[in-house]
Amino acid sequence: MSAVPSIRIEGLRYEAGGRTIIDGLDLVLPGRGITAIIGPNGAGKSVTLRLIDGLLRPQAGTIRIGEGEDVRRAFVFQRPTLIRASAARNVAVALAPLGLTRAERKDRVEAALRRVGLFDRADDPALKLSGGEQQRLALARAWATRPGLLLLDEPTASLDPAATERMERLVAEMAGEGIAIILVSHNLGQVARLAQEVVVLAAGRVVEQGAIRQILSQPHSPEAKAYIRGEYEWVSTAAAS
Amino acid sequence: MLQTVSEALTLLGTLDQDVVAIAALSLRVSASAVLVAALVGIPLGALVALAEWPGRQVLVTLLNAAMGLPPVIIGLILYLMLSRSGPLGSLGLLFTPTAMIAAQAVLVTPLVAALARQTIADANASLGEQLRSLRLSLAQRVLVLIYDVRFSLVTIVLAAFGRAISEIGAVLVVGGNIAGHTRTMTTAISLETQKGDLALALAFGLVLMGLVVAVNATAAMLKSFALRAYG
Amino acid sequence: MGFHRRGVLSLCLALALAWPAVLAGRARAEPAETITVASTTSTEQSGLFKHLLPVFTAAKNIGVKVVALGTGQALDVGRRGDADVVFVHDTKAEEAFLAEGFASKRQDVMYNDFVIVGPKSDPARAGGKDVLEALRRIAAAKAPFISRGDRSGTHAAELRYWKAADVDVAATKGEWYKEIGQGMGPALNTASASNAYLLSDRGTWLSFKNRGDLTILVAGDRRLFNQYGVMLVNPVKHPQVKVAAGQAFIDWLVSKPGQEAIASYKIDGEQLFFPNATPDSKGQ
Repeated sequence: MSAVPSIRIEGLRYEAGGRTIIDGLDLVLPGRGITAIIGPNGAGKSVTLRLIDGLLRPQAGTIRIGEGEDVRRAFVFQRPTLIRASAARNVAVALAPLGLTRAERKDRVEAALRRVGLFDRADDPALKLSGGEQQRLALARAWATRPGLLLLDEPTASLDPAATERMERLVAEMAGEGIAIILVSHNLGQVARLAQEVVVLAAGRVVEQGAIRQILSQPHSPEAKAYIRGEYEWVSTAAAS
Repeated sequence: MLQTVSEALTLLGTLDQDVVAIAALSLRVSASAVLVAALVGIPLGALVALAEWPGRQVLVTLLNAAMGLPPVIIGLILYLMLSRSGPLGSLGLLFTPTAMIAAQAVLVTPLVAALARQTIADANASLGEQLRSLRLSLAQRVLVLIYDVRFSLVTIVLAAFGRAISEIGAVLVVGGNIAGHTRTMTTAISLETQKGDLALALAFGLVLMGLVVAVNATAAMLKSFALRAYG
Repeated sequence: MGFHRRGVLSLCLALALAWPAVLAGRARAEPAETITVASTTSTEQSGLFKHLLPVFTAAKNIGVKVVALGTGQALDVGRRGDADVVFVHDTKAEEAFLAEGFASKRQDVMYNDFVIVGPKSDPARAGGKDVLEALRRIAAAKAPFISRGDRSGTHAAELRYWKAADVDVAATKGEWYKEIGQGMGPALNTASASNAYLLSDRGTWLSFKNRGDLTILVAGDRRLFNQYGVMLVNPVKHPQVKVAAGQAFIDWLVSKPGQEAIASYKIDGEQLFFPNATPDSKGQ
């Protein structure tokens, strides 16, 4: 279930509100390990993630994950999107479409909460957990569905350093279990710590792709250089055209 | 004025059998109507909030407009339907508590649906993407969102109950205010006022106000409990 | 799907909090059959039915539901087939009802009388025995007068008296003459609040409690007598009419026990309705 050969994106195009957000994106991502997508605000990172998940439908282009088998995807958003219920029930919600027996569901909820260190908080109201705990719960919910591909959209953007560190450890462990992970982050330190491969997006296109060390130390494209040095000033495509 | 109030309190103190029966009928009719309204209105509101199809905005507008329908108009339309000469006349429901339940259900279902739609749409704005990402079906998403906002929905249902039990136009027209059969607190208040028995009318009024206050207090307590318990 | 089922369940539970009261209402011994009678506010609000119906139900084991409206509306309820029996007081309208075929027989049951009620000070000096003279004086003085204006038997009678007195009230509507479009009770309340004159049936007046400064000024004129009639709605027009039970109610009303029950209804020792069923009626 978890050995995803690769993710192939060809000629992807996405427009919303008369604006082109993804503009002919071609991309091949490895089917394992952690791949980071970086780039300035408005580059189309989050939209790309949503297109891969299937939350958004592209106007053109194809996304193939693996060799055509249905690879389960799971998404962790920047804000933990939890319902007003116990931690355990928040995980159980994710299992509803999977057609499990009651016992299987219970086991999976328990395992997921243990996985992120929240088992002793299973019956606590999710919205009463701390920010870091809430985001770990969101990660547990994603993990409980046994995804082949895990999509993380700035999952630590609103967390303190300790909570960030804990999330990073969990993400690295899950990658080690064989789950392919795509991470969108502005935290270049985090990207350096977690990712093996990096894709730099700007204005809805791939401007650079390669191994982490090479991109961070020797970017080729002017956009990547500017972004990494903290100098990139994003110009909206609508304004430019 | 003061004398009327003290007479009314005396009447309440004696807990007259008829007063109790009338209050019980009011409760039974309005509670049943609100139950129907909740079972229809909440899923309807949720579907309007979530489903994306053309004409949705028209339905939202209609729901919001239907919230303001005067009870007496609903009563009249239902009267014409349920009358022996009307399309549903063969059911023989006119001048029965069932007809009153139907009228109040029609009255408050748009209220429940419109308020539920707003509440569920707000919840969907923050949770909808997550739930779709989890591949929940439309029905599953509706249920999860309803569960998420359950305390707000109880408040909405209680508000609907308050509107149902204090309306008179609809129950008067379809119920006929028949002594011992379809006389509710509001129609009794109206009748006793007409007979000039202001003390008895006021006694019913006090029971009704007490009930509405109790319902609202329950709603407020529930809300603060939910906030404390569930964040 | 345990999660969802439980979610719905807890929602239903919350709703059920309001529910116990619902079961409370179902515990009274019901008679074998129940008929619906469309009648007038005067009979209902005077308390006559509260006095009469328990006696009838005890005798015949038939329940009676009374929908009290103005005579015109009560006849319409009969026309629509929403009542089994109509029991009203506007002989002309009742005859029209018969002519249209909505009933095949009309029977006199009783009469009461109308009175003109007004402020004790009687600014129009209308008090006396002559209803037409009283109305002329009220009109001449432009003293405030409250009309039912609701197509009721009382309203119809009032309009007949104005016509007989040669006063064109339609022309002065709104000034001193106000139509309120409501039942006898509201009309009395309005008159009491504004110290106005009005025509009332004696029964409603006697059981009315919020009299304020009002008193009876004109009574006893033969023209003020107010005949009540009863009709079974024609089952040919409306097959669901409960013929046997409805006829049993009518038969009882015009029978000796029924007529005695009517005569025995008194408020403060005063008889409100005077039975006058014709002897040819089927008695028992």
